Amino acid sequence: MDLYEYQAKHLFDSHGVPVTAGEVCATPDAAHEAARKIGSAVVVKAQVKTGGRGKAGGVKLAATPDEAQARADDILGLDIKGHVVRRVLVTEATDIAEEYYVSFLLDRANRAFLAMASVEGGVDIEEVAATRPEALALVRIDAIEGVDEATAARIVDQAGFPAHIRDQVTAILVQLWQVLVKEDATLVEVNPLVLSADGRVLALDGKVTLDDNAHYRHASHADLVDKDATDPIELRAKEFDLNYVKLDGEVGIIGNGAGLVMSTLDVVAYAGEEFGGVRPANFLDIGGGASAEVMSNGLDIVLNDPDVRAVFVNVFGGITSCDAVANGIVQAVGALADRGTPVTKPIVCRIDGNNAVEGRRILTEFNHPLVEMVETMDDAARRVAQLAGGAA
Amino acid sequence: MTIWLDADSRILVQGMTGSEGTKHTRRMVASGAQVVAGVTPGKGGQEVDGIPVFGDVREAMVATGANVSVVFVPPRFAKAAVEEAVDAEIPLCVVITEGIPVHDTAQFFQYAQNSGATRIIGPNCPGIISPGVSNAGIIPADITGPGPIGLVSKSGTLTYQMMYELNDIGFSTCVGIGGDPIIGTTHIDCLAAFEADPATEAIVMIGEIGGDAEERAAAFIADNVTKPVVGYVAGFTAPEGKTMGHAGAIVSGSSGTAAAKKEALEAVGVRVGQTPSEAARLMRALLRG
Repeated sequence: MDLYEYQAKHLFDSHGVPVTAGEVCATPDAAHEAARKIGSAVVVKAQVKTGGRGKAGGVKLAATPDEAQARADDILGLDIKGHVVRRVLVTEATDIAEEYYVSFLLDRANRAFLAMASVEGGVDIEEVAATRPEALALVRIDAIEGVDEATAARIVDQAGFPAHIRDQVTAILVQLWQVLVKEDATLVEVNPLVLSADGRVLALDGKVTLDDNAHYRHASHADLVDKDATDPIELRAKEFDLNYVKLDGEVGIIGNGAGLVMSTLDVVAYAGEEFGGVRPANFLDIGGGASAEVMSNGLDIVLNDPDVRAVFVNVFGGITSCDAVANGIVQAVGALADRGTPVTKPIVCRIDGNNAVEGRRILTEFNHPLVEMVETMDDAARRVAQLAGGAA
Repeated sequence: MTIWLDADSRILVQGMTGSEGTKHTRRMVASGAQVVAGVTPGKGGQEVDGIPVFGDVREAMVATGANVSVVFVPPRFAKAAVEEAVDAEIPLCVVITEGIPVHDTAQFFQYAQNSGATRIIGPNCPGIISPGVSNAGIIPADITGPGPIGLVSKSGTLTYQMMYELNDIGFSTCVGIGGDPIIGTTHIDCLAAFEADPATEAIVMIGEIGGDAEERAAAFIADNVTKPVVGYVAGFTAPEGKTMGHAGAIVSGSSGTAAAKKEALEAVGVRVGQTPSEAARLMRALLRG
């Protein structure tokens, strides 16, 4: 899960990393009040989980509370790369002397962590890495040893931070590493880290990605989920413990195993090119060893997506038993009819593997006009694309 | 011959007394694998279907000669379980558990590196099977028999799908390396082992979006692999910024896309199928050609 800047800064603050004071606001009036409390010039910053806010007009300086209110009014509702701004962070304006860059992140390739630091901050760090790699210090961090003061000092020296702020930056790096470890983050990035005119080193921005697998040991992380920004179907799927991602096409997809479902999305998109460019409407992985109930919940969710015109159930039973999948389809279709919302969309099924013969027998016996079986994945993808395209 | 798992493999199951552990122990035994011990802290002295359960890995190894561990313990206990197996210097530790925090994986991987005695496969993987010989994990044993193809894949169900598509030819060893951001055994490790295995004539490599493991595998193939390799990559239509089921499967910016991976593989002579069945056709043509 990616965090908003204001959430990242709260985490920074709780681990001792110096940040500027600020308040998150959902209305221009609240921005006025926040600026009044701060009592000096402020910066009004759009809270969106994407880069390039400044260029998009999402970061503005305001000298007075009235100005802060006006700037918040400009920024709230702005669309930045598809992210609508619903909150702004009103924060004390800092007189910046210099801008730096520091981050810790998971290094998949080296199966460890990586520290990155540069005295050329405030810009796109990927560009620095590409054009002037010598300006970016990269230090491998051993997952067991972590970052103590000595390691932090090594990063600081390698990046070439000025001597007079060496101790401040070293301390901040140790604290940021604590954020990464204690909060189970896979990324902690500060860009820019600044030296203010009065000699303080501060995190002026913050980017944090938390590991979803670690939520069980961080009760407080549940509060960081932005329910308003989550697709309502995704929220409902989550209640059923289903692994669902909403996409923008017309073909509902249900499968078992992340790889097979990803592959199914591709095969449907290829097949859809022939039928008016229909595409997958979602990713839904019912997982290994799914029961009839899980299958039924999944089908319920996908059929209730108004964008879906046809559904493709693609299961290769390894642990999952195909008779459970078939029973789940029968149950879901029955339950929807009982609820007075009978199925109106075609369901194409390809089931293979563990107990496939019994699964196919159950569906043949069910003999529902909207449920059809196709033998191979490629042919089934073609059929469902045809049905979804034809229904347009 | 096979890689890492052969007729001498003696398997112990960490977490055998749990429901998943018991279920899959039975499946492994039914497929002919030699499961010789279970390990659950505090449950030493019990039995599961006549297989003795021990309180720790070292004790189980001493008593039974086990040389492979399969880990089914829940995420919150997985790190301790793997480190226990490493301390006992078991040569192969297959971590099936899904949902382990990546900091834990990073630490137990480093722990195993420091020890140097244990190869880890996974986590969040279906395990490893040498059809007709042995089976450590949850890969169904009845899909295919032995044969000349080596298979490496991040995804479980795509492994099964590919085994099924090519079950008329058969496999030496199939390794599900797992879909997490940090995994103990990589595509490259498997490619190197298959290259060295006389029974493996050709290799299928299945990748998916996220990271750059496939690109690095391509560079490795160019310099080190003489056997023919057929590839498949899942996730061409995955949007940026959405995690597709596996914790590691995410496209961020231009990095980790399926197109880049396919291109890198094709540039070194790997034939890449657009669908699993096309990849299977390429492999069949290659072996029968």
